[in-house]
Amino acid sequence: MTIPGVDGFMYPNEVELQWGLLIVLYPYITGLVAGAFILASLERVFKVEAVRPTYRLALLTALAFLLVAPLPLQLHLGHPERSLEMYLTPHTSSAMAMFGFVYLWYLMVVLLAEIWLEYRADIVRMAQTSTGLRHTVYKALTLGSENVSPAARTIDDKVGFTITVIGIPSAFLLHGYVGFIFGSVKANPWWSTPLMPIVFLFSAMVSGIAAVLLLYVASMKLRRTPIDMPCLDTIARYLFYTFVIDFTLEMLDLVHRTYEADESFRSLDFMVHTRLMFSQVVVQIFLGTLLPLALLAATQLWRFTQARRRALYVTACSFTMVGIFAMRWNVVIGGQLFSKSFLGYTSYKVEFAAREGLLTAVALMILPLAILVVLVKLLPPWEERVISKSGS
Amino acid sequence: MDITRRDLFQIGGKLLVLASAGATLEQIVGAEAPSDAYKMAGHWWGMIIDIDKCIGCGNCVRGCSRENDVPKGYYRTWVERYQVEERKQPVVDSPDGAMNGFPPLKREDIKAFFVPKLCNHCAESPCVQVCPVGATFVSPDGVVLVDREYCLGCRYCVQACPYGCRYLHPETRTVDKCTLCYHRITRGLTTACCENCPTGARQLVDFKNPQDPVHEFLRKNKVEVLKPYMATRAKVYYKNLDGSVR
Amino acid sequence: MIRPALVLLAGVGVFLLIRAAVVPKAFGQYGHYRPAALGLVRQHPLAYAGQARCILCHDGQAAARKAGKHARVACEACHGPLEAHANDPSIKPKLPDVADLCRRCHEKDAAKPGWFPQVATAEHSGGMKCTDCHQPHNPHL
Repeated sequence: MTIPGVDGFMYPNEVELQWGLLIVLYPYITGLVAGAFILASLERVFKVEAVRPTYRLALLTALAFLLVAPLPLQLHLGHPERSLEMYLTPHTSSAMAMFGFVYLWYLMVVLLAEIWLEYRADIVRMAQTSTGLRHTVYKALTLGSENVSPAARTIDDKVGFTITVIGIPSAFLLHGYVGFIFGSVKANPWWSTPLMPIVFLFSAMVSGIAAVLLLYVASMKLRRTPIDMPCLDTIARYLFYTFVIDFTLEMLDLVHRTYEADESFRSLDFMVHTRLMFSQVVVQIFLGTLLPLALLAATQLWRFTQARRRALYVTACSFTMVGIFAMRWNVVIGGQLFSKSFLGYTSYKVEFAAREGLLTAVALMILPLAILVVLVKLLPPWEERVISKSGS
Repeated sequence: MDITRRDLFQIGGKLLVLASAGATLEQIVGAEAPSDAYKMAGHWWGMIIDIDKCIGCGNCVRGCSRENDVPKGYYRTWVERYQVEERKQPVVDSPDGAMNGFPPLKREDIKAFFVPKLCNHCAESPCVQVCPVGATFVSPDGVVLVDREYCLGCRYCVQACPYGCRYLHPETRTVDKCTLCYHRITRGLTTACCENCPTGARQLVDFKNPQDPVHEFLRKNKVEVLKPYMATRAKVYYKNLDGSVR
Repeated sequence: MIRPALVLLAGVGVFLLIRAAVVPKAFGQYGHYRPAALGLVRQHPLAYAGQARCILCHDGQAAARKAGKHARVACEACHGPLEAHANDPSIKPKLPDVADLCRRCHEKDAAKPGWFPQVATAEHSGGMKCTDCHQPHNPHL
């Protein structure tokens, strides 16, 4: 009696995948958050002035994606109405439970606080100059404090700096934890490795930086403003360095597995060559890693015109975004396609209009962009820049 | 002094009132007392399985399914048939979890046997470790259970179980698995699978019971748990388990 | 800076209030779970009565079984779940279909252990029902 989609033997309860497309989306989204924040922190903490034009945009991007991050999880749960239990009775031995607090910490204490401090002067100004609903919103955002004296602003700066400094390890923790959620599952040899949190983190940084670059280029095009090329060049350079590290780590994992060839290896190797051939070899490795690396390396080695460089960056970043998504897919879905008996494989078919289907996933990826548009309207990232440009 | 009949009636009457009051009180208070004779601390449950006795009839799978209303297509217990040929990977099948037994095997030239599987009720269960809310747990008497009114259905425990014994119940949308027929064993009955096994291949055991046959079983036989390297302290012991079994 | 701190504290306060209201008091009594869950699992109704109950009334069949090779086979292993019948004997159980029943265990299969009596039923009985020759409670011929 053959089961459709199954080759060889699977334990009877393993045939159906438990974590599907939405659970692939979740580390992708939190990865973008961590990556965008780290790019922002480059300017604030490491004083990389060149990327200043993207500072506020990166923070807002991080916030937009962080707000959407819990949604795929909620849609996936059998009982989303019980999800508050994770905060009420968290099981301290569970990485998933403790992650709930890491998420909350990051959202409240790091991201919201930093954005508030950065924008405070503008919020106060906009509260004073606007009317009607906008006025109410801005007044609420001031939290009652309208002190924007130079002394107060200095305090804002100092505290903001401290928060960013705390924020960097917090961002590492945010996405490293997601990696740990997978990496600590001893039952699954595709997931269980100490490298998992690190690989997740570096690929998050890659995707986050690429996302901010693309959003910046798109925003400037929409506003018909010239792109700050030194800024773009710097972002691309950091993307390149991070990508090299990420690639090295993933290759290390691959080489290590192949060399040690433990019991799981034969089964996993077969899976990669058959069921994951397209998503892992073609999309993740070639199109998503080697191609962008080659394009970025080319920009570092040879001189190109501004327009050419822009085109190369945009191409590289677009392929990167797809490649990092493929990486999440290969980890989450790949980890469930093979049997823990190492004697068989199953298949995963993405539904279209179901609760965990393709339409939902697309909507969840568009939603942060919609939120970003609202945030950009509410807390403009560039007015200050325009003012200081004409001022300096 | 003479005790008159009247005195007797009076004393008798008072005694009667007292007695009935006492009895009534006994009813109220005494009714509370024998509520639960089962003491969790006195038990530590497990199972022993003898591979050489399993005939792959699937009675255990059917019994469990009926006792526990197991949804179709999901399995709290199942039986696998192994066909082991020299220097080759074993060929394993489990048609519908062996709900209707197996189609007969004709090949006589290889080693073949049946392996019943179920939740191993691990003392250091990785599924319990990863549950974010405390919906799955090891009971004080050693049974790993799921609180279906608390489970979120996140399925982290399903991923963490090395033995593939958990699934998401399609109707309750919570995780479900073998409960070692907790509702039966706490009443002095045995599990549905052990009750229905015609050869005694599966036997419920209580490690804390000094008279339980498990002590002699473990002392006299070569036994194994599944995937011992996972170090989950599984409590289902197999006798005569072949090394090819995954 | 005091304002955001106040907002945060207010949030924590609300959270603690919710927690006190929603989480059952006994949570954590035996471990990180609701003790009521133990009772919930134990509430599940029985389907199989267990052979000890069958023997209380059906001692004749029990005695016959004890004398033969099916001594270790529980009543309900063949007769199906009978808790309902044990509680209310007027509920008549359906007797199992012999052909499938015997075959499930005794059909010859190379994976079955050698000591177990098994036959290729198609050749064995020449089309006759198993019970034509074998008495199920004591099947020895």
